[in-house]
Amino acid sequence: MIPAAFDYVAPTSLDDALAALAEAGDDAKVLAGGQSLLPILRMRLNAPEKVVDLGRIEALRGVRDGGDHVAIGAMTPYAEVVGDALVREHAGLLAKAVETVADPQIRHRGTVGGALVHADPAGDVGAPVLALDATMVVVGPGGERTVPAAEFFRDLFETAVDDGELLTEIRIPKHTGWGSAYEKFVRVSHQWSIVAVAATVRVEGGSIAEARVGLTNMGSTPLRATAVEQALVGSSASGLADACAAAAEGTNPPSDLNGDADYRRHLATVLTRRAVQKAMEG
Amino acid sequence: MTAVDDRPTTEIGTARRRKEDRRLVTGRTRWTDNIQLPGMLHLAMVRSPFAHAKINGIETAEAKGAPNVIAVMTGHDIADIQGVNITAWPITPDQKSPDHLPMPLERVAHAGEIVAVVVARTAAAARDAAELVDVDYEELPAVLDLKAATTDEVLAHPDLGTNKSAFWQLDSKAGGTGGDIEEAIARAREGGIVIEREYRQQRLIPAFMEPRSTVVDPTGEQVVMWTATQAPHVLRFCIAATTGLPESKIRVIAPDVGGGFGGKLQSTPEEFITLAVARKLGKPCKYTETRSETMVSAHHGRDQWQKLTLTAEKDGTVTGLKVELLADLGAYAALVGGGVPVLGAWMFNAIYKFPAYQFNTTNYYTNKTWVDAYRGAGRPEATYAIERLMDELAAEVGVDPLEIREKNWIKHDEFPFTTVAGMTYDSGNYEAATARAKELFGYDELRAEQKRRRESGDPVQLGIGVSTFTEMCGLAPSRVLGSLNYGAGGWESASIRMLATGTVEVVTGASAHGQGHETAWSQIVADRLGVPFDSVEVLHGDTQIAPKGMDTYGSRSLVVGGEALVRAADKVIEKAKPIAAHLLEASVDDLEFSAGQFTVKGTDKGIGIGDVALATFAAHNYPEGVEPSIDADATFDPVNFSFPHGTHLCAMEVDTETGATRMRKYVCVDDIGNIINPLIVEGQVHGGLVQGIAQALWEGAEYDDQGTLVSGSFVDYTLPTTADTISFVTDHTTSPATSNSLGTKGVGEAGTIASTPAVVNAIVDAVRQFGVDDILMPCTPERVWKAIRSGGGTQDAATTPAQQAHFDEGTPNQDPAAGTTDGVVQ
Ligand SMILES: Cc1cc2nc3c(=O)[nH]c(=O)nc-3n(C[C@H](O)[C@H](O)[C@H](O)COP(=O)(O)OP(=O)(O)OC[C@H]3O[C@@H](n4cnc5c(N)ncnc54)[C@H](O)[C@@H]3O)c2cc1C
Repeated sequence: MIPAAFDYVAPTSLDDALAALAEAGDDAKVLAGGQSLLPILRMRLNAPEKVVDLGRIEALRGVRDGGDHVAIGAMTPYAEVVGDALVREHAGLLAKAVETVADPQIRHRGTVGGALVHADPAGDVGAPVLALDATMVVVGPGGERTVPAAEFFRDLFETAVDDGELLTEIRIPKHTGWGSAYEKFVRVSHQWSIVAVAATVRVEGGSIAEARVGLTNMGSTPLRATAVEQALVGSSASGLADACAAAAEGTNPPSDLNGDADYRRHLATVLTRRAVQKAMEG
Repeated sequence: MTAVDDRPTTEIGTARRRKEDRRLVTGRTRWTDNIQLPGMLHLAMVRSPFAHAKINGIETAEAKGAPNVIAVMTGHDIADIQGVNITAWPITPDQKSPDHLPMPLERVAHAGEIVAVVVARTAAAARDAAELVDVDYEELPAVLDLKAATTDEVLAHPDLGTNKSAFWQLDSKAGGTGGDIEEAIARAREGGIVIEREYRQQRLIPAFMEPRSTVVDPTGEQVVMWTATQAPHVLRFCIAATTGLPESKIRVIAPDVGGGFGGKLQSTPEEFITLAVARKLGKPCKYTETRSETMVSAHHGRDQWQKLTLTAEKDGTVTGLKVELLADLGAYAALVGGGVPVLGAWMFNAIYKFPAYQFNTTNYYTNKTWVDAYRGAGRPEATYAIERLMDELAAEVGVDPLEIREKNWIKHDEFPFTTVAGMTYDSGNYEAATARAKELFGYDELRAEQKRRRESGDPVQLGIGVSTFTEMCGLAPSRVLGSLNYGAGGWESASIRMLATGTVEVVTGASAHGQGHETAWSQIVADRLGVPFDSVEVLHGDTQIAPKGMDTYGSRSLVVGGEALVRAADKVIEKAKPIAAHLLEASVDDLEFSAGQFTVKGTDKGIGIGDVALATFAAHNYPEGVEPSIDADATFDPVNFSFPHGTHLCAMEVDTETGATRMRKYVCVDDIGNIINPLIVEGQVHGGLVQGIAQALWEGAEYDDQGTLVSGSFVDYTLPTTADTISFVTDHTTSPATSNSLGTKGVGEAGTIASTPAVVNAIVDAVRQFGVDDILMPCTPERVWKAIRSGGGTQDAATTPAQQAHFDEGTPNQDPAAGTTDGVVQ
């Protein structure tokens, strides 16, 4: 389909991008990889007057070592995140989750920042970022602020990034030596998660010392299964089922063509057990 | 005069790569949307969001005033020339068929129906202005569910007074081809086996790769229409029959067409509207749909409820089959429309020797997208039903599903065999195909593994599904079509033109849209005329170049069109013979023709057919009383259908914890008669398998209570990709067809027809131990899991659908106030 006409700017610096946004007010949209925005425009679900393309701002792209954390530029494409040595070593869970997004073409263009701001509850980036206790760096007319992942996702397609602001960086505390797994449940390979579970664990002497579990598409935002995380502490591989039984408690998953809410709750418990089990293996 | 002959001895049977693929795969070719004409205008359609509504008024002023807009038209503006979208097959004389105007004037009967068209200098301007057309709809009650339609409580077309289109029956007793079905059922109820089931054929969308596109140039003496169709000849007929344009003033061209699967055999509202607008404005016009438009407006496929009663002796010998279908036609009787379920009538009995048989279909209208042929058309529905039932019978008798089939199928030495439905199967060998399939599959080993998993209570269970299918191809003997009230014949035509410089133009009435006809036809002609493969050019899809044709669908092109080609080639040889004899100064009776050479028996004198063609072109020296032409035409009307068959075996793993299914192994051994090009056959089989497997596992067109198609994009209509399929093991046995001289049977639909029941049988086989005997298609993990949990069928697993929620910012697919309490925090 053909989107409605819009003005297009492609600034090369963050300041210019913020200025362009400020000038356009409500009628502007930020373009990252375009893998969600373009379908929206083409189906005419949105018709901004101006599109501000972040693609030429080099500073927003790439992964760097931030000491106690790994810093990922918002404009880093999925494919680069998956292949990045720092991410794989210190935030393995994120690499594993991102690897499951859509297909190679979309992973080549789509960005981690775009996905987080789009905040589709079925998206695969939110849950690992939440589970890994990431911090988001948001820049706006008033300067820079940081938002903990737990406060970032507000609702369906709604985050702490306000109009006129940009997400610039995702800082993930190093989880060096943690095992991880992302169990994504889909019917066809290029699909969004029906349900997915992101789990990462630190194993000491055959049992779990620390666990982090995030749920995809079990509510209007990514969720953290903290009760499961607590119950898992001290568990060995054989005792996971009980600890994971509560994975779906308090969730409010959607019902759609792929399954109703009850089925999704059931899946969440099974997938949590499987994810934790795999995470323990590495 | 002898030429060096370095061709392979036979082209037929050679796995040549398709010569058309370079241009098709790169897209550097004449797809309709690639066509640009001087001064061409672009169309955008305004479509109804409502399933059923009265059009109270359409306000077009604002759209007309938008930049670059030339015109905005409604049904009233083109009422005199828009024509009608007709059905070619009223299955009974009293069939009710609502008028189907390309652009209705007063009432829309399904969401997606066109109510206005915007014409602008660019496609973007047309799209922008289409948003400004303001339609005043008055919503009417809509009937959406097929079973609800049968009650006539809400009418899809109030003027018809009923939703019922027609009822059609085939009865073996009445037809004299078998016994009385009611007697068979009564007897079985006394002391035999009665299997009663109701199966669902879900609605499918023929998701061809190239969206439909039409360009019309009205500026010449003939109106020219380029369109992404698989049936240019049928379309020209429909236009002439309903728009007032004489047939001789219409030229329809199907340039390269990117797939169809039946979905492009329609004559569509979009084509008729583009034609009408171009004629009104006197300017070339183009309309290219978006994928979202394809989904709601191109015809859908299948959509039946099948009530089935199979009877048998206690030992599993079948005694009768009764079929009662409800078929959803959607809002209108499409081109083949009501005939699609009827095409299954001869196939439910399949390869088995039923003594008594009855087929009934009742067709209904609903306020949904119209339904027509989709790869297999009628035969997949039949094959699904019977192959599922044979597994049920095996389970009831307590024997292996292959054993129950063997007990009941036609033995290889019983051909030709006239079935209880009155069809005469000319050839086949079910034993041979099955033996080979079992061997390739490792049937006994997989059965042993299944047993092991069952005994150990493995969370992943294994099931094995069988489908020993047959189908009828080569549509169709014209007299048979006539007896069924079909609006046309089933012949095919071919012409061969022997050009002066040695190349050969082959004109076929078949209209390829991805099948590889150019390659296969060249191979046939190369062999028959003894000319190099590369010297043969195949022309098709243009009613001025290929004036006679019945187009491509129903696995007919090779079986019917190929035979026409053979006959045209033989005529060329016959016509060339007297001229060759004249040039060789020999008697016609002493000439022999082989490998492109006419030779005089017992001598070394000879002349190549190319030289005869050149001499005939010059016409300086040819016999008296003979016309100086060796070109030839042939039209072939088949006397019988062909009956491909095969044995498909599928192993599915079922994760009992989640209901997820995974294909382990798929083997098919098809008997499609003689093979012209094994590579093309392989492509057809693989693609067909995926489409059939997709019906079993992934695809389904779903509507919500308002009549909105919720699986309206590829986000929700889960089409598989290569990443979702495994490597198939394919092989062939061969019993040549006797109905055409090449011995071919057709392969375009085989994979799709056979594979769906093989997959579902495998899944049910894996979970039958939990008391499950059916799972609704597509067998989603949710349905499989619920079936396991409830230990029964899953006809009830309806869920609330979502539409494009992933892109729909701000439109929740759930309760946004959803809490995150208890065990979970954000
Ligand atoms: C066919 C298909 C399948 C898909 N499957 C999956 C899947 O399996 N799993 C999955 O997780 N996702 C999937 N996606 C979505 C994909 O991950 C998108 O790439 C992602 O949601 C958006 O990233 P983007 O860089 O393309 O952002 P864009 O589409 O460019 O932008 C998305 C939104 O974020 C805003 N935005 C972007 N960057 C910033 C920024 N730095 N600051 C402020 N606002 C910003 C934009 O204004 C827009 O509203 C799929 C998409 C498609 C088309």
